[in-house]
Amino acid sequence: MGYLHRHRQLTPYLLLAPGVLWLAVFFLVPLGFLAYQSLQSGNIDFGYAFTWAWGNYWNAIRDYRGHFIRSLEYAGIATLLALVLSYPVAYWIAFRGGRWKNLLLLLIVAPFFVTYLIRTLAWETILSDHGVVVNTLQHLHILAPGGRVLATSTAVVTGITYNFLPFMALPLYVSLEQIDHTLIEAAQDLYASKWKAFLRVTLPLSLPGLVAGTLLTFIPAAGDFINAQLLGSPNNHMIGNVIQSKFLELTDYPAAASMSFILMAAILVAVIVYARAVGTEQLTGTTV
Amino acid sequence: MSAVAVRARPRRNAAASIWAGVRYHVLTVYSALFFLYLLLPIAVVILFSFNHPTGKFNYTWQGFTWDNWRYWNGVPGLQSAITLSLEIAILASIVATVLGTLIALALVRYGFRGRGATNILIFLPLSTPEIVLGASLLTLFLNLNVVFGFWTILIAHIMFCISFAVVTVKARLVGFDRHLEEAAMDLGANEWVTFQRVTLPLIAPAILSALLLCFAISVDDFVVTYFNSGSSITFPLFVWGAARIGAPPQVNVIGTAIFTIATIAMVTNVLIQNRRARTAAAAF
Repeated sequence: MGYLHRHRQLTPYLLLAPGVLWLAVFFLVPLGFLAYQSLQSGNIDFGYAFTWAWGNYWNAIRDYRGHFIRSLEYAGIATLLALVLSYPVAYWIAFRGGRWKNLLLLLIVAPFFVTYLIRTLAWETILSDHGVVVNTLQHLHILAPGGRVLATSTAVVTGITYNFLPFMALPLYVSLEQIDHTLIEAAQDLYASKWKAFLRVTLPLSLPGLVAGTLLTFIPAAGDFINAQLLGSPNNHMIGNVIQSKFLELTDYPAAASMSFILMAAILVAVIVYARAVGTEQLTGTTV
Repeated sequence: MSAVAVRARPRRNAAASIWAGVRYHVLTVYSALFFLYLLLPIAVVILFSFNHPTGKFNYTWQGFTWDNWRYWNGVPGLQSAITLSLEIAILASIVATVLGTLIALALVRYGFRGRGATNILIFLPLSTPEIVLGASLLTLFLNLNVVFGFWTILIAHIMFCISFAVVTVKARLVGFDRHLEEAAMDLGANEWVTFQRVTLPLIAPAILSALLLCFAISVDDFVVTYFNSGSSITFPLFVWGAARIGAPPQVNVIGTAIFTIATIAMVTNVLIQNRRARTAAAAF
C-alpha cells in the first residue's frame, strides 16, 4: 500500500490492467486475426496463406448480396416493429405505472428469463402448420388453405421482433421516465393540444431512448441467424447463417471472415446514415 | 391514477371527456394485449413441458403428463450440458464481475490519460454483433492451435461479460457520495481499509446485480459459445442440437425451471429494493 501511496497516478492503471488486458487479448487481437484471415487464400486441406486476397470481399458481395440485403431488411423491419409496438407500452408504464412500475418492467424482461433458443422454439410451436395462428388465419381466408407461416419471412421477422423487443422497450422507458411532467403541463397550459404536446415535448425528450433502443435492437438483429434457422426456410437465410456455415461446416475461413467484416461495415454505414437523420449528439449521448 | 392524467382530462363537454376516457383506456388495453403477446411464448414453453408427445416433435398438444418433470434428465447428454453451463456461468460471472468492478472504479474515481479510449474499449463489445465476437475469437484460437472446449468457452464468456459488469457497477458509482470515503480517511483509515469498510459495502448491491446479470447472459449465450466450444456442449448448444431432430419436452422442463428461478430471484430483488427505498424515505 505504501508503494501505491507514493505512486498514486499508477493506481487507475493497476485497476484497469487485468480487465483491459483481457478485452485487448480476447476482443481486439481476435479482430486483427479475423482481418488477417479475411485476406488469406487457399483451402483447409493445403492450408491458408496470407496473400492480400481482396477478392474474398468482392466474391462475398457478388455471391451473397441477397443475404446481406435481407439481413439489413429483416433487422430494419423488426426494429421498426419493435419501436411501434413498445413505445405506447413504455409510455404507459412511465406515466401511468405508479407503484407497479418495477413489476411491469419485470414483465418486459420476462422473455429474457427463458433461454433464447427455447423461446424461439416456442414461436416455432405457435406458428406451426396446424397451430392456432395458422388455423385462424386460414379460417379468416387471410392465408390460403394449406398455406404456412413457418418457413416464411413473416415468421423470421416475427421471431426477431419478439426476441429483441426488451432491448427497445427498456431504453424507451428510461428516457420517458426521466421527462419532467411539468414541461408537458406547461405546453398544455400554453394551449397545445394533448397530441401536439406529445409531438413537440414528449417525443423529442424521449429521443435518446429511441436512438439507444434502435441501435440495441438493430445491431444484434442484423447479425442474427437463429431465427432464420429455426423459423425460416433457406430462402429466408440471413448473412449470419452463411457466416456460421462457412466457418463451422464448410471451413472456408477467409470467405467467412471477409463476410463478417462486410457485415460490420454494413451495420456501421446503416448506423451512420441513421445518426445523420436523428442528429449525432443523440448518438454520442448513448455511448457514454 | 396519476395527477397528470386527471388534470389533462378536458372538462369542456361530455363528448370530449368520454373520448378522453376512451383514449385513456385504449392505452391500458393495448398495454395489456402487449403483455399477453410478450408472455405467450413463455406460457407455451411451460405448457409443453407437460405435453405427452407421441412422435419426436413436441409441437402439438397430445395430453398431460408429469413424466417429463419426473425424468427431467432422461435424455442422454442433457444433464452434463446443464452442469457445464452452470460451471461456466459461475466462473465467468465471478471473474468478469471482479475485472469489471476494478475498471469501473478506475473510470469513475480517477482522471487519467486513456480514459476515453478505455470507455470506447468497454463500449465496443456491446455494439459488435455476437457472430463477429464469436467468429473473431474462433480465428484467434484456430491460428494459435488452441484446443477448443471448457477453457475457450470460459475465456469467451468472461470477455463478453466484462462490459456488462462495468456498465452495471459504473451506474452505481456515479451516484456515490465521496464524502463518506473522505470522512473515513479523515478519521485515520487508510485507502485499503476505507475501500473494505466503506466503499465495498456501498457498492455491494451493484456488484451483486453485475454478478446476476453476467450469470444470466452466460447461461443463455448461444452464438459465441457455438463458435468456440469444439465438442463441448452447453445447455443452449444441447437445445440447438436437439431442435434439429425435434426437441424433447425435457428441454421445456429445464426452460421452465430456469424461468421460475430467474423470476423468483428478480421479484425478490424488486421487493427488497422497494422496501429499502421505503425505509430510506421514512428515515429522512
